Amino acid sequence: MLNGTTSILGTTLAGVAQHAPESSHGLVEAAGHGAQAVSVGAAWIGWIVLLPVIGCVMAGLAAALKINSKLPAWITVGCLGGAFAVTLTMFLGFDSIAGGDAFVVHIYDWINVSWIGAGGEPQALVANIGFYVDKLTILWMLFVTGLGTLIALYASEYMAHDVGAGYCRFFAAFNLFVVSMSCLVMADNLILLYLGWEGVGLCSYLLIGYFYKKPSAVAAAKKAFIVNRIGDLGLSLGIYLTFVHFGTVQYSELFASDALQGYLAAAGSGDFAAIPATAQWIALLMMVGAFGKSAQLPLYVWLPDAMEGPTPVSALIHAATMVTAGVFLIARVYPLFLASEYALPTVAWVGTLTALLAATIGMAQFDIKRIMAYSTVSQLGYMFAGLGMLTTTGAAFHVLTHAFFKALLFLCCGAVMHGFAGQLDLRKLSGVAWMKGWGIVGVAMLVGCMNLSGLPYITSGFYSKDMILAEAFVTPGYAAIGWILVFTAGLTAYYTFRVFFRVFVGPRYFEPGDEHHADEHSDLGEHGHTEGDGHAALAHGHDAHDHAHGGFHPHPPGWVINLVLAVLALCSIGAIGLAYIETDHHGWVGSMIGESSAAYHSPYAEAAHHAHVEGVEAHAVSGPAGSGTPSGLFGMDAHTAMIYISGGVAILGVLLAAFFHGPVGIQGLLLGGRREAATCRMDRVARLFGPIPRWAENKWYVDEFYHAVLVTPLRVIAHLCHLFDKFVIDGIVDGAGKLPRALASLVRPSQSGQLQGYAAGMVGGIAVLLFVAAIIVLIGGGS
Amino acid sequence: MTGVGPVILAQADYPEAMGTITLAHYLFVSGAMFALGLIGFLTRRNMIIMFLCTELMFQAAGLALIAFSRYHLDHTGQTFVIFVLTVAAAEAAMALALVILLFRKRESLSTEDWTEMSG
Repeated sequence: MLNGTTSILGTTLAGVAQHAPESSHGLVEAAGHGAQAVSVGAAWIGWIVLLPVIGCVMAGLAAALKINSKLPAWITVGCLGGAFAVTLTMFLGFDSIAGGDAFVVHIYDWINVSWIGAGGEPQALVANIGFYVDKLTILWMLFVTGLGTLIALYASEYMAHDVGAGYCRFFAAFNLFVVSMSCLVMADNLILLYLGWEGVGLCSYLLIGYFYKKPSAVAAAKKAFIVNRIGDLGLSLGIYLTFVHFGTVQYSELFASDALQGYLAAAGSGDFAAIPATAQWIALLMMVGAFGKSAQLPLYVWLPDAMEGPTPVSALIHAATMVTAGVFLIARVYPLFLASEYALPTVAWVGTLTALLAATIGMAQFDIKRIMAYSTVSQLGYMFAGLGMLTTTGAAFHVLTHAFFKALLFLCCGAVMHGFAGQLDLRKLSGVAWMKGWGIVGVAMLVGCMNLSGLPYITSGFYSKDMILAEAFVTPGYAAIGWILVFTAGLTAYYTFRVFFRVFVGPRYFEPGDEHHADEHSDLGEHGHTEGDGHAALAHGHDAHDHAHGGFHPHPPGWVINLVLAVLALCSIGAIGLAYIETDHHGWVGSMIGESSAAYHSPYAEAAHHAHVEGVEAHAVSGPAGSGTPSGLFGMDAHTAMIYISGGVAILGVLLAAFFHGPVGIQGLLLGGRREAATCRMDRVARLFGPIPRWAENKWYVDEFYHAVLVTPLRVIAHLCHLFDKFVIDGIVDGAGKLPRALASLVRPSQSGQLQGYAAGMVGGIAVLLFVAAIIVLIGGGS
Repeated sequence: MTGVGPVILAQADYPEAMGTITLAHYLFVSGAMFALGLIGFLTRRNMIIMFLCTELMFQAAGLALIAFSRYHLDHTGQTFVIFVLTVAAAEAAMALALVILLFRKRESLSTEDWTEMSG
């Protein structure tokens, strides 16, 4: 199957070469974009990185000064807000800085080594602290700093139970994360990108392991770090090969290099044999790095476990920004991927299979935060599929909308977790939206769920997902991917609304979790509750009320959390507008991507898009390897068809969720039959499937498989090494120490401590000496 | 024999009656004293006795030195003995003080009770 798609890619690219002169999105022109990158002195852009650095240092100082207030949070919000403002200035003033071209801002020399190569030609490794700014950079930085600010604001309240050293530590790492992420996104060379790449990995590790006294959090942090190392190895090798092959790691030189332009021309005519294997391996290796960071098969296993971290961290790092670094990497070096025969088809298939696998696991989970984690893996799969199917715009648009709605969903889950003492089990919560003070969370959750499900026309998630799905059908050879992704979209709608129907509507009911904070005890005093058994009232049914649990009172989110949720909900809806402006360039995101290193549209996409926008029959695209019309579906152009198909599938998923999990009455869309929190129609249906739901709940035993195949053998080897160290190495070292001791023990008895013994020894010694001396004298005298 | 002038003359004035006691007599006494001291040192356990035995050996050596000094008509040996006596006196003071301290510590001066230096 891979071979089939590969040859199609060849044809696709072949089409581009022909279209290039007339299309504004031609491959050669797009890749040549970097050649125009000029160096400008707009050093103020450095404040985007510097402000979070200041925030990090000040949060560290606050820890040293034992500040016991929310000061670190306000510093962080201020610094990140400032960084967002600078990013916005950069966005608005982009055209005036370098005439609308990509530009490089040089901050200072970092690595700058030159030498004479083996062949006598001069060589240099230049990797400076500098920023490569094109519209891809700006797009990413806008949501990284913007969401960073909002989520820091949210965290100021969410982390309030930990004010003190923990609070400072949290916000120091939070700032450091934004620093690293900015470094990764804005770097003007691959080595600085790698620095940021490792930096975000470190911050992820630090923040997953934030509750470092909890063994599961520590294990999750280690798992995230180690699994990411596997990907990082691929990325570092890819960077090395880039340098070896192209002689530079700077984007502006790399994209403009004659070698790369030549490869792109060869790829355009489908002649991948003309491209050296080394150049093709670069993309394959970098792809591994992207799979690790963005939690794709087979390296996705760390992301669900990363939910051990505080929820704002899950929202920012493990949903909205860091995990999109893999998508960013591929988009940034897209020309390298275009020049590789197998890289993009592999990316497309891996993304598709990841999307499907994660969705099936997400369907069977009961922990709402884990469901969101698997949906993140699944949605990242969509983005990779988009990248692989040559729609960088679709992928980037989905990154953007996903950043908003997934952050929103996580923050809603966080609000629930915060209010119900860590309770995340959807069987133990019900009707949360109807409880006093939870209205905004309920509405925000509904908006997030609709976006993730991709309900047609009213959600931005629909538009971005549609762009990827339609691309699968317009590009020959990818229809299988398209159908898998459509099916996955149905699953997504089902598992998303499963959470909504179980937790947020229906009879009010809750069981508190086991994380009681100090402020909850103060609540107890205020409300006159007695300190009793928190589970005393578990027996009651669906007539539960807010004060059901004698020892526990859920506290609804304060105005800060509600404000952040409201803003994110509005952003999620408002992002719909992005699809309707700049329609000539596939929406606003398309106009941004169109002027970046990721600029690329297959001719099929172009033709289908114009057919959709202008309402005309798609014109045929011809290439040397054959010709074809962008395939429509059911007599419609792909985009129109996709509106019906993916929209219909999403609605079907929601209705199924309502039927199986919804409460009775209008809240369950008149379909549901659930009368209490713990049981629903799905329980009976699940029994029909035998052990399969349990397998899915146990994540298809992938962790167990990895454990058996990789972890256990490694542990055995490590144990053997330990034994070798303990007995052989330590034996030699200890032996060196023990030998003199053993020798000494032979003569030690002579040191009896008895004075007479020493004296006798001395006398004997002297006697012997005298005897020898006498013999020498006598012999000497005799001769 | 490289002696100094006056000393050689003094040899001539040496009383004739003393001439019958030769160097060998002195060395015999010295050797006997040394042997007695050594035997005492090796056989007795009391520290004071042992200390006295060392003094005996000292003086035996000193006697031998003086005898040789007279025989060779060289003052060096006698000078040396003066120093040895001085040092021995100082040493005796210290050794006795130590002995007293040891006795106070353990109410015993037997060397068998003082074997902390065993290896």
